Parts: sequence; structure tokens; C-alpha cells
Amino acid sequence: MTDSTPTDTLTIDDTLTIDGVALPSRLIMGTGHAASHEILAKAVEASGSGLATVAMRRLKPGEGDRLFPLLSRLGQRLLPNTAGCHTAADAVLTAELAREALGTDWVKLEVVVDDGTILPDPPELLDAAKTLVGKGFKVFAYTNDDPVLATRLESLGVVAVMPGGSPIGTGLGILNPHNIELIASRAQIPVVLDAGQGTASDACLAMELGCDAVLAASAINLAADPVAMATAFRLGVQAGLLARRAGRIPRRSLAVASSPSEGLVTAS
Amino acid sequence: MLTVNGEDYQPHPGETVLDLVAGRIGRTLEPDGRPADGGRLGVAVAIDRAVVPRSRWQATELAPGQTVDIVTAVQGG
Repeated sequence: MTDSTPTDTLTIDDTLTIDGVALPSRLIMGTGHAASHEILAKAVEASGSGLATVAMRRLKPGEGDRLFPLLSRLGQRLLPNTAGCHTAADAVLTAELAREALGTDWVKLEVVVDDGTILPDPPELLDAAKTLVGKGFKVFAYTNDDPVLATRLESLGVVAVMPGGSPIGTGLGILNPHNIELIASRAQIPVVLDAGQGTASDACLAMELGCDAVLAASAINLAADPVAMATAFRLGVQAGLLARRAGRIPRRSLAVASSPSEGLVTAS
Repeated sequence: MLTVNGEDYQPHPGETVLDLVAGRIGRTLEPDGRPADGGRLGVAVAIDRAVVPRSRWQATELAPGQTVDIVTAVQGG
């Protein structure tokens, strides 16, 4: 026994502060692909999330604005995105519509190419980020796993960078852990791993690499059991944060026995 | 004739943005754009790709040739 106090997973400080707002969880819930609002509500509750993304689209006849009050009832702060925008001008207009509709200046900025990869378009992304920061938006910038681009975005004044582990919806996980770790080690603002996760171990790895939070949508909402997967992601994020703080052992090329060599009784 | 959410629309004489939005969501709106039922309204309007603030909905009459977009939050991201 030692005198040091063991870290209790149940009392681990799970709060993340962005733009002066303390979020109750380091898991941000993406709402895309949910089979229904009812299943989404259960998954959001299971995730423990306090921040949920939404997209801004034309109002459909007879559908009203049901998602906004639903997420508000669930205690979610909203993070509207600019998904589907291919130019800075489109992204700025979408962000302005979101601010007017939802009463928040937070925006997840996505400016992406239309070639099947949905990867960020760096020149348009930087242009949009600069404009939106100038207009008073708090920009969460969806970016690729490029440490240089992340630094450029930070210097423009975004409040968080959100590198993708792999392209949106692929479930390929974190394809370049080294770059994600580099981004996290250099950033002075929160780093949120976004896109490409397939299962909870991807979220755990992101936190182990030093990310401050994780955003998951498809991996939860398209899982066979979204509520169970939301729980798994919540625990994965907690496990990864705890492991990061605990400090992993160094990697070695040769084995190091974990039992003593002294005192072994041999047959010869 | 004008375009609302990508479809042709013939406004009533004197129809304002406030009237249009109230009709589309099926809720009564106060002159300042707040719902009369006391709930929140997650809707925004752009005319010719420029946002029309809620406070100006009542004062903004629809005009021929305009492109009007009414948006709300949907699942995404």
C-alpha cells in the first residue's frame, strides 16, 4: 500500500471547457443517421453528451422544427454544422442561418470537396474560418489530420480543431495516429477527434493520443444497437482519458519478463 | 411568383415573411417572431441568400422574383 490516493474512475474530472463553457462530457454526439428521433434520444442520454451536432436544411412541409426542442429537452447545447458546403461562401451563409435559427454562435465548420472523400478543402476552410471568426462566431473547425493546417486554423482564432481520424462515415478508425498525437501535442486549444471512427476503441485511442474530446455520429447511430454503442463510446472516452493521465509504458523491441528470474526451481 | 425552398410560390397580397413562416410551421407567431405558444422556434429565413433577422419578419413583405429559403435543424454531423 502507498500513501498516494488512487484515481477513481467514477470521480475522474470529465469536464471540458470550450469558449468558457464547461461541457459535462468529452463525448460530443453527432446526430446524423439516427433511425428515429426516439432512438436518437436514448442514445444521447446513454452517451452522457452535453453537446450535439445538427445540420441546417430546408424546412419540410408538415415536419416543423422538431429536433431543436427535442435536443434542448435532453440538455444538449447545439453545435450546428456546415456539412455539405463546398465553398467558403456557402459555409458562411449556413453558419449565419444557424445562428439566427438556434441562437448560438458556435458552429462546426465543414468545407469539403465533392469527390466522394468528403475531405476538407483547405483553402476554402481557411477562408471561411477567417470570415466567421471576424463575424464573431466560435468556430469548431473540421480539418484533416494535417498538423500544419491545424496550426493555421488555430492562429486564425478558432476555438477548437477537429481532425478526422479517417474520412467521414468510413469506420476506418485513426489512420495516422502519429499526426493526431502531433496535433494534440502542439495545439493550445481543444482538439476533438472527428470522423471515421468505427467502434469505441477508436475513441479510446483518440483520448490516449492526447485529444481533448471525441465526436461520434455514424459509429453510434448506425450500430446495430445505438444505445449500447453510445454507452461503449462514453466508457471508451473515459478509459482513454484515464490511460493518458496514467502514463503508458514505453514501447520496446524485446521482451521484459514480468516475473523474477531469481529463485526459479529448474529440473537440471 | 417567387421561389420558396426551391418551389414556385404565389404569395397572398401583403404576405410577409412572418405570415409565410407561421403557415409553414403551423404555429402562431407574435409580431416579434416569437411563437405564441411560449416555445422556442428553431427556424431561420434567407431572402436571396441574405439572412432576414426574426425581428424583421413582420416588416418584410414578399416580393416577386425573390428566392426565399426557410431552414431548420435536422439530424446531421
